[in-house]
Amino acid sequence: MCVYLSHLTPSLTPIVPQQSEAIVIYTGWERHALVGSDIRLSCSFFSWRWTSDDVTFSWSYRADGARDSISVFHYTGGSPYVDNKGPFRDRLEFVGNPGRRDGSILLKNLDYGDNGTFTCDAKNPPDIVGRASSVRLLVFEKVPIQAGVITGAIIGAVLGLLVLVVVIYYLMRFLVARRVFNLSVSKHGKKGKGKEGSQQRQVPVLSIGDPSKLKAAASEKKKQESRKDKK
Amino acid sequence: MLLLLLGIVILHAAALVLLFVSTIVSAWTTGSTSSSDLWNNCSTINGGYHCDPAYTGEWIQAVQALMILSIIFSFISLFLFFCQLFTLQKGGRFFVTGVFQILASLFVMSGAVIYTVMSPNWVPVSEAFGWAYILAWVAFPLALISGLIYVILRKRE
Repeated sequence: MCVYLSHLTPSLTPIVPQQSEAIVIYTGWERHALVGSDIRLSCSFFSWRWTSDDVTFSWSYRADGARDSISVFHYTGGSPYVDNKGPFRDRLEFVGNPGRRDGSILLKNLDYGDNGTFTCDAKNPPDIVGRASSVRLLVFEKVPIQAGVITGAIIGAVLGLLVLVVVIYYLMRFLVARRVFNLSVSKHGKKGKGKEGSQQRQVPVLSIGDPSKLKAAASEKKKQESRKDKK
Repeated sequence: MLLLLLGIVILHAAALVLLFVSTIVSAWTTGSTSSSDLWNNCSTINGGYHCDPAYTGEWIQAVQALMILSIIFSFISLFLFFCQLFTLQKGGRFFVTGVFQILASLFVMSGAVIYTVMSPNWVPVSEAFGWAYILAWVAFPLALISGLIYVILRKRE
């Protein structure tokens, strides 16, 4: 009976489906940098397993136009090994944290010859099946403005200005109308007789369809009539 | 009276259509094997048609923005025309409509001028200006005239 059970126990260990055993590596797609600056190329991975002590990171570089790639960085057994013979000697530094699944490297003092594709490959034993991920490095003399940024900025600025002008116009109209209303209310309060009231309400229809002029003319007429009445 | 109205609206619509076509169609410069416009440089190399996005320069983006703004303002002007047609008092002027249409024409002019001035940098000497570029230049006086008509037009009944 016990022997029979011991044969059963291996099958009771957690059954992880085959697809989730694959490791997924993340790097950027493209990186832009200025000549002479430093750039950090990030690489991290996703794995269903815990981060093992034997985790390895490995970066390789293929120059633009070259056919082969060369290895420039390797992290294994807890120690990083940087390029000391190739194009990046003395310019490469490991700034990642393998315990947190970060295998980023720092490239210093970039030059036009560094244009190319960097490939990061990470392994997390026993999770070793996965596809390496590549990031393209582009070195510029001057970082170009992305397409559409200036277009959007100009359109947004002009439309915003338009909205602002409209709002200010309506605000001024509202303020002037309120002032005229307050003035006419105070004048109405001093009278109280029907005849003058009806006369004051007559507003001439001008041929110029300008509302502010209309209101100014109306207030003028009211002022004239109130002056006449006072006499 | 109705005829005049129809004529004015058709003029405005024509200017708007020209603006649209000029902005969208890829024919600001044409050569024997390639054509380019505000948005793409297309060329036929070895029998295949291949398009790249236009240079990400500041000036080409400014031209793009100005053309789009002119279309927007012309649209707003048309909308305002119909609004003012029904709400304006007798004898009133379509001032706001005219202002927007004139602004639209100014934007088209600025865009075309910038493109012309920067063209030695963008257009190879072997290529010539295309018909969409000419449409932009035609749309400018059309829109200007349309705007001026609105400014001096007075509403009756």
